[in-house]
Amino acid sequence: MAAQEILKIEHLSKRFGSNQVLRDVDFSVTQGEVVCIIGSSGSGKSTLLRCINLLEEPTGGNICYHGKDIDTLPVTDYRARVGMVFQQFNLFDNMTVLENCTVGQKKVLGRDRREAEQKAIAYLQRVGMDKYIHAKPAQLSGGQKQRVAIARALAMDPEVLLFDEPTSALDPEMVGEVLQVMRDLANVGKITMVIVTHEMEFAREMADRVVFMDEGVILEEGTPDQIFETPKEERTRIFLKRILRN
Amino acid sequence: MPDTFFGWIAFLWEEYAPLFIRGTGNTLLLAVSGTAFGFVIGLLVAILRTVPLSAKDKPVRKCVVRTFHILIGIYIEVFRGTPMIVQAMVLYYGLLQSFMPAMGAAVFIISLNTGAYMAEILRGGIIAVDKGQKEAAQAIGMTHWQSMCSVVLPQAVRNALPSIGNEFIVNIKDSSVLNVISVSELFFQGKSASGTYLRYYETFFIVALIYLVLTFLSARLIGWLERKLDGPDSFVIHGSQSDSRAVIRGNKEG
Repeated sequence: MAAQEILKIEHLSKRFGSNQVLRDVDFSVTQGEVVCIIGSSGSGKSTLLRCINLLEEPTGGNICYHGKDIDTLPVTDYRARVGMVFQQFNLFDNMTVLENCTVGQKKVLGRDRREAEQKAIAYLQRVGMDKYIHAKPAQLSGGQKQRVAIARALAMDPEVLLFDEPTSALDPEMVGEVLQVMRDLANVGKITMVIVTHEMEFAREMADRVVFMDEGVILEEGTPDQIFETPKEERTRIFLKRILRN
Repeated sequence: MPDTFFGWIAFLWEEYAPLFIRGTGNTLLLAVSGTAFGFVIGLLVAILRTVPLSAKDKPVRKCVVRTFHILIGIYIEVFRGTPMIVQAMVLYYGLLQSFMPAMGAAVFIISLNTGAYMAEILRGGIIAVDKGQKEAAQAIGMTHWQSMCSVVLPQAVRNALPSIGNEFIVNIKDSSVLNVISVSELFFQGKSASGTYLRYYETFFIVALIYLVLTFLSARLIGWLERKLDGPDSFVIHGSQSDSRAVIRGNKEG
């Protein structure tokens, strides 16, 4: 039996004014898989991710969650099931690390304080940040912030985690620690992940499927070998050549 | 009768101390309640104003939200655009005097007036909070109300605290205009006290001193509050010896 399809996106389009950012995008996510979305800046990768979490309202097409159109679901329930990790971390600056990881559990999932804290600490341990539960975000480094942000998303027990360029805002020496956490989530945690990234090595190593986006459309997708070794499209070849040379 | 300036000051204080003290109490009551209610009004306006609208929302909801926006706009324009002394005359004699005492009306007027300013002050505070945090709150499934109350507004209020404190100090002073509806606040009491002996200079010198003491102490209090809200600069490594919680747990296990 095939693994269950969590998300199915059909004919998705997004326009900002006269600027067509996404056109007729079809995309799906199956349980347990790691999908990496690559492509140059402005190709619509982040917008696609933000549309999936409804942080941007799509101008056309539909998104189905377990076969149900998400327009028929309460948007907050849906968002709680689809976690998001941002490029700029976006931790709540007025809360400690622990509170960052419990506030959603308490307010959205209605868990009591004890359960929320246990869960938060378990996930903070997993990302190696359990020592810092009393710290405020302003006291952490970029890599530490991003690991807390990952724990915050995990604490909601989402079915799929969306990563929007999670390492792009980090100093080079901190990229490794965050990627290591993500490797662990994929290998040990078997967490379903959709990752927009410029880390080609990571995509090649970890992805079950690589999606190449260009000018608002999915130009091609396939296994890492197919995309990196034998890309079908000329534009994919040009992009990879440019980015891998650096 | 005294024949020196300080003699008059002492004499007037002796004679009218209860009057001044009651006036000071009422002035403080007006400033505190006006700032507090105004703050609550400002928060509610801030939450209502930022309710997101999406193209898919039902027409009824869109209509209600837009109506609120228009009403809020009118409220702020009217109360910021007219002097409080005029608002007091219009509201008290036109409406409020028939069903509440002057003091109640005064609290009502100063609250509405402060609320209009607070709404704008908090709007500034909200703009200064990084938009990403609101998105992160939404992304874990919080509603608009939840994300505003637990993430955005606590930070917005902190950002706006100097201006909020400023409003309080302005209210201590500007509540004096409410003497026009016969509220026995400090300025009104000064007028009463100066009347008998016609000593305006000395009486209002005392009044000025009291205002100055009130505003000086308030400014210190606000500064202390700001430092307290910022919390400590350092944090304790969880599990280290200085973490009392971890030590207690350690003892129990041992």
